[in-house]
Amino acid sequence: MIAEIGHFALILALGVALLQAVVPLWGARRNDPVLMGLAGPASVVQFLLVAVSFAALTHAYVVSDFSVMNVFSNSHTDKPLLYKVSGVWGNHEGSLLLWITILALFGLAVSLFGGNLPPGLKARALAVQAMITVGFLLFILFTSNPFERLDPPPINGQGLNPLLQDPGLAFHPPFLYLGYVGFSMAFSFAIAALIEGRVDAAWARWVRPWTLVAWVFLTCGIVLGSWWAYYELGWGGWWYWDPVENASFMPWLAGTALLHSAVVVEKRDALKSWTIFLAILAFGLSLLGTFLVRSGVITSVHAFASDPTRGVFILGLLVIAIGGSFALYAVRAPSLKTGGLFAPISREGALLLNNVLMATGAGTVLLGTLYPLFADAFDLGKVSVGPPFFNSVFVPLMVPMVLAMAAGPFMSWKRADLMGVLGRLKLVLGLAVVAAGVTWFLEGGTAGPWWAAGGIGLAVWLFLGTLAEWAERVRLFKAPAEALGRARRLPRAAWGMTLAHAGLALFIAGATASSAWKQESVQSQKVGEAVTVAGYTFTLTDVRDVQGPNYVASTGTFEVTRDGKPFATMTPAKRTYKMPPRPTTEAAIVGTFWGDVYAVVGDKDPDGGYVTRLYFNPLVPWMWMGALVMVIGGLVSLSDRRHRVGAPTRARAGAKTQPAKA
Amino acid sequence: MRRLFYLLPLVGFLALVAVFKWGLNHDPRLLPSMLIDRPVPEMSLAPLPGRPAESGLSTADLKGRVSLVNIYGSWCIACVQEHPYLMELKKAGITIHGIDWRDDPVEGAKWLKKHGDPYDRVGADPAPGRAAIDFGVTGAPETFVVDRNGVIRYKHIGPITPEVWKTVLGPIVQELSK
Amino acid sequence: MTRKQRRLYFVVLGVLAVGAAAALVLTALRQDIVFFFSPSEILEAKVPTEGRRIRLGGLVEQGSVVKDGAIVRFRVTDGAHTLPVVYSGLLPDLFREGQGVVTEGKMGPDGEFQAAEVLAKHDENYMPKEVAESLKKTGHWQGESQPAK
Repeated sequence: MIAEIGHFALILALGVALLQAVVPLWGARRNDPVLMGLAGPASVVQFLLVAVSFAALTHAYVVSDFSVMNVFSNSHTDKPLLYKVSGVWGNHEGSLLLWITILALFGLAVSLFGGNLPPGLKARALAVQAMITVGFLLFILFTSNPFERLDPPPINGQGLNPLLQDPGLAFHPPFLYLGYVGFSMAFSFAIAALIEGRVDAAWARWVRPWTLVAWVFLTCGIVLGSWWAYYELGWGGWWYWDPVENASFMPWLAGTALLHSAVVVEKRDALKSWTIFLAILAFGLSLLGTFLVRSGVITSVHAFASDPTRGVFILGLLVIAIGGSFALYAVRAPSLKTGGLFAPISREGALLLNNVLMATGAGTVLLGTLYPLFADAFDLGKVSVGPPFFNSVFVPLMVPMVLAMAAGPFMSWKRADLMGVLGRLKLVLGLAVVAAGVTWFLEGGTAGPWWAAGGIGLAVWLFLGTLAEWAERVRLFKAPAEALGRARRLPRAAWGMTLAHAGLALFIAGATASSAWKQESVQSQKVGEAVTVAGYTFTLTDVRDVQGPNYVASTGTFEVTRDGKPFATMTPAKRTYKMPPRPTTEAAIVGTFWGDVYAVVGDKDPDGGYVTRLYFNPLVPWMWMGALVMVIGGLVSLSDRRHRVGAPTRARAGAKTQPAKA
Repeated sequence: MRRLFYLLPLVGFLALVAVFKWGLNHDPRLLPSMLIDRPVPEMSLAPLPGRPAESGLSTADLKGRVSLVNIYGSWCIACVQEHPYLMELKKAGITIHGIDWRDDPVEGAKWLKKHGDPYDRVGADPAPGRAAIDFGVTGAPETFVVDRNGVIRYKHIGPITPEVWKTVLGPIVQELSK
Repeated sequence: MTRKQRRLYFVVLGVLAVGAAAALVLTALRQDIVFFFSPSEILEAKVPTEGRRIRLGGLVEQGSVVKDGAIVRFRVTDGAHTLPVVYSGLLPDLFREGQGVVTEGKMGPDGEFQAAEVLAKHDENYMPKEVAESLKKTGHWQGESQPAK
């Protein structure tokens, strides 16, 4: 019964969404406040209906109602409660329902917090948002009904893929979707602005926080996924340039570019059509990612089982949503008024450079991801495009961006003095070069990879450059006494930028070090034998079977010592789940300031040894720390007064164009 | 000129869509089967226990008319799923041969008794499943379409559903039967 | 700076970025993409494999896996041809004899494929025999085909 309620709620939600997609748009055209006002309540009702549906499916999972096909295929009574709940979105149908729920949630947020939005913009944005919902509701109702029944109900379920039975991956999809779907807000506002034919500072002020919310969630989601791959796949790597990873990374790049270009629209009334383009692109890439993961067009380890009907449906959605937007863009964007002028060397110029490089970067990732498909289509052979491609294309593109990233914030709006900025960064530049030199020397000149010194130098350049800009703002060195007060009065958005940029610097250091100086040793190890990696001595003392709630784990115990002193006891395991019967690898990781000590135990050899893999992964904790700092930066920026107060009226917005430099 | 510039995203996007449309009809997961358009590998499989000696499956049996060769096993869960549909296909006059793959032939025969036998001929290919390896079988169920001359024309991985039959296998068989 | 100049700046910046990206991509496409071949394609010398990193895909031949400490040797077959592979390291969780496998590496001078990476192929659509077997053993398989023994 409850499942039927869930299904029925979805059908009702479709009706409401249809209404919300048409009436407010019509109202905005006729400037009829009643019709426009319908959008608000409609989005509330729509959310409630979708929430009921989501709750119904969750209920079916929690009580293990195997008469629901979706529960039967993805759950089992033995599963811990956490994974019963996360099983809801651990499959195609359920994750789609989560998508829609989040979409409705964002619509709700606009109608709740959008009180001071111009009514026309609000009505149009909510209507566009509802159109997206309609598309996805049709998709789920016609091709992927999560409430389908099984008669007679089976005794037990088939269980959830053990790889998904992990806290990291349990929360990875919701965050990712909050990010993807969050970009739908920027998208809806962009389409609304195109329909209105007007983009101004108030518009940007509205779009920016929504984009920031999406960006924060997407960053969390990507990092969770990467962290999961790091400890669960047991290869010591954290990014594989897998199509599914790329699918989430491309919207991130476009979204990051959008965040920065929206600042230019807000402060300087420039780069309007570009910003609109990025808003469409960010959401378009999110949809594209969904399409790639679900259609089976591209192979990937994480892809949902492929189904051509669904693929055709999503492709259709993609054509209508993105093709339609780009068509509208081609018609309307040329008539958007261009605003403030600026010199190439200026804050705007630096932000534009960042944007162009980010967008190009996203383009190369897209090309690399789709190249196997192109090659197949044009009969160039079956190829796979792996990390070497992306490392040698994407990374070099990011080098000039990071170089500019430290200098950009020093530049004034409109026109900046490059020599002056570089003069102020002299010391930072010197220190970065020294850091690169020291790195080069320590890794023994040409013995290590040549790019490692460059990576560390870049990280130092960005970190110190960011700190220097902050110090200059609060006059840390010129007037130390007032610095604290100035720091307190510094806008939260400025703090956010400093944190996010510094976080990226930490991340670059970690990524460089872990790629360049990873030490690993793979061998067959008998109980009692010791192996030394990077100064850590791993003695395998025991391997035994441990019973888990729904698996058996063959757990190894390593006594790890460093310089003869005990360092840690590590217990990696190889689990074999009962339902479905699949093995997973659980790495044991002990983090230190300088890196992770990482151990994996594998199968037993015929001669009684165990295949073990032992790693030292330098500076990996810095990456997670860096990502965390970036997320915190995003949140701090989000708490900025001007976002909380909401968008000021259009008239006042034009006046706020003074340089932000203190 | 300036307007054309703003058209670029749309043009690029539509080009992408064209490639996707193509890609949807091609499953990249398929290992290129080396045996497509090659004759069926040489084999002579024994019949299941308790069946007449001539009900086994050999290369020569696959010549003369278009047939399906279906790989199954009593241990195979997905095979149970496709089985009723195979029975329907048999009723519709499609020739299906079975290979009882990596299975105890006694179990394989029992399984057919229980679920019905859609096959014209069934060959036993107990572990390690030499004939199936020659066929390039990667798992069960799998189904090969063999033409009149005993040449493999198509390989389908996974269970046959009405959908698969309607859109993929059916048309191929029809075309070959002309 | 006039509007026209600014537009010029846009275009120059765009062309520079896209040009640099295109150059990088073209270089990388020559060096860094990995072609996928079957044993037959390699052995029938239809493709140049010398010194190139390639992917080899097929089935792990039954009974061909020999482990020597951390070094594993096995043969990959596509039905028509078989190629020996040597790999040093931990095999993926889903690696099994008789199952699909994709390995990445280079052809050695002795005709042995030196794999740097082994990826097991696994399709959820169908059930490998081993999996079904263990299902029966643990009693979780509740279908009618319970083993008679």
